[in-house]
Amino acid sequence: MSSTFLGMPVVAPRGVGQLRGDESFPKAARTALANEQLRRNLGHATRTIRAKRAAVVGEVPDWEELRLAGEALKASTMARLPELLTQLEERVTERGGTVHWARDANEANRIVADLVKKAGADEVVKVKSMATQEIGLNEALAAEGIAAWETDLAELIVQLGHDKPSHILVPAIHRNRTEIRDIFLREMPSVPADLTDEPRQLAMAAREHLRRKFLSAKVAVSGANFAVAETGTLAVVESEGNGRMCLTLPRTLITVMGIEKVVPAWTDLEVFLQLLPRSSTGERMNPYTSLWTGVTPGDGPQEFHLVLLDNGRTAVLADEAGRSALHCIRCSACLNVCPVYERTGGHAYGSVYPGPIGAVLSPQLTGVQDNASLPYASSLCGACFDACPVRIDIPSMLVHLRARRVEEKKGPSPEAISMAAMSWVMSGPRRFRGGERLLGLGRLVSRRTRLLRGWTASRDLPRPPAQTFRDWWRNRT
Amino acid sequence: MRVALFVTCLADAMFPDVGKATVTLLERLGHEVVFPEAQTCCGQMHVNTGYQRQALKLVEHHMRTFEPYDAIVAPSGSCVGSVRHQHAAVAERAGKGQLAARAGEVAARTYELSEFLVDVLGVTDVGAHYPHRVTYHPTCHSLRMLRVGDRPLRLLRAVRGIDLVELPDAEQCCGFGGTFALKNADTSAAMLADKLRNVLSTSADAVCAGDSSCLMHMGGGLSRLSVDTKPVHLAQILAAT
Repeated sequence: MSSTFLGMPVVAPRGVGQLRGDESFPKAARTALANEQLRRNLGHATRTIRAKRAAVVGEVPDWEELRLAGEALKASTMARLPELLTQLEERVTERGGTVHWARDANEANRIVADLVKKAGADEVVKVKSMATQEIGLNEALAAEGIAAWETDLAELIVQLGHDKPSHILVPAIHRNRTEIRDIFLREMPSVPADLTDEPRQLAMAAREHLRRKFLSAKVAVSGANFAVAETGTLAVVESEGNGRMCLTLPRTLITVMGIEKVVPAWTDLEVFLQLLPRSSTGERMNPYTSLWTGVTPGDGPQEFHLVLLDNGRTAVLADEAGRSALHCIRCSACLNVCPVYERTGGHAYGSVYPGPIGAVLSPQLTGVQDNASLPYASSLCGACFDACPVRIDIPSMLVHLRARRVEEKKGPSPEAISMAAMSWVMSGPRRFRGGERLLGLGRLVSRRTRLLRGWTASRDLPRPPAQTFRDWWRNRT
Repeated sequence: MRVALFVTCLADAMFPDVGKATVTLLERLGHEVVFPEAQTCCGQMHVNTGYQRQALKLVEHHMRTFEPYDAIVAPSGSCVGSVRHQHAAVAERAGKGQLAARAGEVAARTYELSEFLVDVLGVTDVGAHYPHRVTYHPTCHSLRMLRVGDRPLRLLRAVRGIDLVELPDAEQCCGFGGTFALKNADTSAAMLADKLRNVLSTSADAVCAGDSSCLMHMGGGLSRLSVDTKPVHLAQILAAT
C-alpha cells in the first residue's frame, strides 16, 4: 500500500440492498442441502453448462493468451480508474447523456427514484442487472410507489415467484420447468389454464406478458457489462432480446453501473466479447450485444442517465491482495465448476453474488466481519481459478480474506487459542513428538465430547497407529 | 542421490506406512534417504484457517529444518503446495523479505513424490507389482496447485498386475479442504457422498491418491459405509513388489 494511504474507504452500508445474508453460510447451506429437488436441479444445470463451456473453450487455440490479455487489461484499468471514469463522464456528457456519481446504495436508489418521478412515470422496465439487485433498487422504487418489472425471463420467474436469484447468469437455476409453469399460472393473469411445462409454451406466455410492458413503459433501467472510456459507449450483453427492447423502446434510459465496469478503449471489447460468452453460456458469440453512446435524436431513448456506483468498490480497490475481485466480468464460470456451489446453490451465500466470486467479493464490499463465514465457504480446490476468464486467483484471495477475518476480529476465541497452542506444539520438535503420543487420547476425548461431531456425523476417525513414523525411523537406524 | 524426506505431520502421526513406503521406494531405486528429525508441520492448516501469524513460526521452523538439503521429497501434493505457494507469501505478509527469499529457495528444491520420480529421477517404471483393481483420485492441490498432470497415472500404468480403472468425475474435490470439513461439515459430507458413489461405481479394491489427508477423508467415509474398498497412497502401490 502506498505511503499516502489515508485510511480505509467506506464499505457498502447495512440495511439496504442484498450483500449480507440473514444467517451464516454453514447454517444456510444445511437448509439448502436438505432440499433434494434443489440439488437435482442444480446438479443437472451446472453439469450441462460445464460441458458446453468446456467444449467451446477447448476449440480456441489461444484461450490462455486471451485470459492473460483480459487479466492485464483489467489490472491496468484498476490502476488508473479515477482518470478513466472522468474520461467516461466527459464522453457521455458530450454525446448528450448525464452522469451521476453514487457513493453507495442509498444514493444510487435516491438518484434513480428521482429521475423516474421527473420523467412522470410510476413504472419501469428492467434489463437484467446485478448492480441494481445489489443495491435493492426494486424495493427502493416500490417504497416510492414505482413498480419495477424484470424483463429477463429468469429474473421474471424469480420476481413472480417472490423469490431471490441464486445464480449470476441463470437466476432461476434452482427452479425446474414444472415449478415455473406453476408460478406463471399463479401470477400471470393472461395465461391459459391449460399451460404445460413445455419450454416453448412457457416462453410464449412470458413473451405475451412482457410485450405489453415494453410498449407502455416510459422509463427503462439497465446495468452495464462494459463502458468504453474513450468513446463513452455503454454495452449490455444478453441472450433473449428483451434487454434490447428495454434499451430502445422507452423514452428515458437509466443505467446503473459499478465503477469497475469501465474499459479504456473500444478495441478492448474484442478481448472481453470473446471471453464472456464462451465462459458464461458456452456460446461462441453472444446473441444480443447492445452498444449505445449518449443520445441519438429521433432514434431510441431521448434521455440517457448513467449512474456510477461505488458501494464499497473503492474499499476493495484499496486492498492490494483483494482488488482483483473487481476484475470479474460476471460470467459465472466459477459458480458452475464449484463443488460447493453445485451442492448448496446460490441462496446459501446470502448475497446477490454467490459462488466463489461472491465469497471473495461480498466480504470485501461489506467489510469482512459482516460476511465472516463466506471466505471459509470453499474447500480451496482451485477449480474456480482455472475457469476464470480473467484469471482471478480466487483460492489465494480466500486465504487472504480468512487472514483478514482473524486479524480484524477483536478478542480471543476458542479457535484462536487452539491454533496458537498447536503452533507452539508444532514449532518445537520435542513438543511435537510428545503431542503425537497424545493422539490416541485425543481421539477418545473427541468421541466422548463430540468435539469433532461435524466430522464424525458421516465419517469415521482414523485410529492412531501403534508407532509413529519418526519412532519407526529411530528404531530402524 | 541424497534425498531428505519431508514426511508431513499427518503421515508421521497417523499414516506411518505412507512414510515407510516412500523410504522403501526411494531406497529400492538406489537413493539415500535421510529424515531430518526436527521436522514438524508446514503450517498449511494455520494459513488456510486465517492464522498467518501462528503459521509464521512453523514456516521459519520448516526453513531451518530443510535448508541444508538439496532435494526434499514429500508424499503429499497439498503440503508441497503449501511450501511452494504459501510459505513465501506468509513471510511477505509479516514483512520478512529475507525469509520469503529463503522460503522460495527451499520451495524450489521441494518435490511431490510423483514429480520427483518422473522429472528428477526420470523413471516411470519403478518395478512395482500390485495385483489389484485400483481407481485413482487426483487430489486438488496436486492437480491445480502443482500441476502434476498425468505423472501419477504414468507411474501407476507401469505397475505390474494392476487393473487401473478410470474414476468418473475424477477431478472434483472429495470435500476435505482441511478445516472446511469441520466448519462446513454438511457441504463437505455432501461432496464426499458424491465422490464415494463414483469410487464405488468402479468396483475398485482400492482408491489411490497422492495425499494422506484426502485419503483419510475418503477412508473415513468408506469405513462408515462398511465397504471393502480401501484408501491406498500412491507411495504404497509404488513400493509394493
